[in-house]
Amino acid sequence: MSEFEIQDQTLWCIVNGQTIERKVESRLLLSDFIRHELNLTGTHVGCEHGVCGSCTVLVEGKSMRSCLMLAIQAQGLEIQTVEGLGKVKHLHPLQESFREHHGLQCGFCTPGFLMTAIDMAQSGKSFTREELKEGLSGNLCRCTGYQGIINAVAYYFEQIGILQTQESGDSL
Amino acid sequence: MKPNRFQYIAAQSIPDALRLLNTHQSDVKIIAGGQSLMPMLNYRVLNPQYLIDIGRILELDYISEKDGLIEIGAITPYVKIENSSLIQQHLPIVPEVIRHIAHLTIRNRGTIGGSLSHADPASEMPMLMRLLDADFEIRSESTSYQISAHDFFLGPLHTVLQNQELLTKILIKVPSPQMGWAFQEYARRSGDYALAAVGITLEIKQQSGKKIIEQLKIAMMGVGDTPLRLSSIEALMNGQEFSADLLDQAKHQIFTELDPRGDLQSSAEFKKHLASNIFTRVMSEAWDKANSYQIGSTRS
Repeated sequence: MSEFEIQDQTLWCIVNGQTIERKVESRLLLSDFIRHELNLTGTHVGCEHGVCGSCTVLVEGKSMRSCLMLAIQAQGLEIQTVEGLGKVKHLHPLQESFREHHGLQCGFCTPGFLMTAIDMAQSGKSFTREELKEGLSGNLCRCTGYQGIINAVAYYFEQIGILQTQESGDSL
Repeated sequence: MKPNRFQYIAAQSIPDALRLLNTHQSDVKIIAGGQSLMPMLNYRVLNPQYLIDIGRILELDYISEKDGLIEIGAITPYVKIENSSLIQQHLPIVPEVIRHIAHLTIRNRGTIGGSLSHADPASEMPMLMRLLDADFEIRSESTSYQISAHDFFLGPLHTVLQNQELLTKILIKVPSPQMGWAFQEYARRSGDYALAAVGITLEIKQQSGKKIIEQLKIAMMGVGDTPLRLSSIEALMNGQEFSADLLDQAKHQIFTELDPRGDLQSSAEFKKHLASNIFTRVMSEAWDKANSYQIGSTRS
């Protein structure tokens, strides 16, 4: 391994609508690229092996775990992080719903939950409360006991018309 | 929790990938979705010198059907297979099984070929491929051949694939639309690796007023070093009339024949109980489904 020269690569991608071009090391994780190179620290890193869901971002509109992706694999792709969702003074309706329904306490897991829920909201499907829980089951929260989070997402889904009531929930 | 240093190379085409594999052989890993590989790199369980990314090779990302044969490209992500109308129409068991794989965000990026090459004995795709008698196409710079899913898996994380070889496509025969099927798994939490799971497909033949089990296929995972096909149970039940006695006999034979390893989550004994009980539920569900298709299509 010693005489083996590893070259940095040029990564070109779009993050929250902005075109980015950087030299990156092959082994750099997308999560570390987002946090350390772009200083977008809204994306949180929990377990770094794809279990906790905290680092979830949207890649080409689909939720993915940025700790299970190399930065260089985002070549030419569009990334959205929680910073692209809403601003402190102008929250996204989903973030507003999290605030309203006590969907967070310490806030560590929140960006991951938000990005996963946004993926579900944009999928063109509608969800029963059970399916909603199933969809969020890849994200861990150690504060809330999940009820507030589920209520927040359910309320938002209801507002945008993709929450199935239990009565009509048999149309799988 | 950061990968060791390696050189990343994005392959541009299948020949390009095969050439890179041939050149670097022993120090190389292939990455597509990376949903199993990335944790191993992060943990430094694996420290390859070269990482060849086949995730951008569009000719490996497709689902098609020709002459009763469904082809799935090796880097087709789970989510695409789950939502494919072709798959939903011809192989409805496949989306049902995919919904048990990990979580939404993993299914968005994880690929079918990645799962098969990784060959975790507790993952769903290898078992499903054995259940459906799938064939795999494997290519290297010098060869191209097909191998049955039954001959592909050798042990935990171990397949017939050589360093210079690449799994390129999966081939599955379109089954009879009257095929009954069912799949159930037991995991500690939603999305966790299964402790045990059972998949069954079967057909029903009407014979002098009796309903006979035909084409029965039983596959299990989590209870062996590779996904299993239970050919002795298939032989026991095929050609027989479905009854509670027969089901019970099969269940006991499964309990006797299985030889799983115990692990931190469950003892070998518990796994045997689990698998044989899931079997009875899955068998009944598959039978009921095949029956409902019969009633639905009966013409006189």
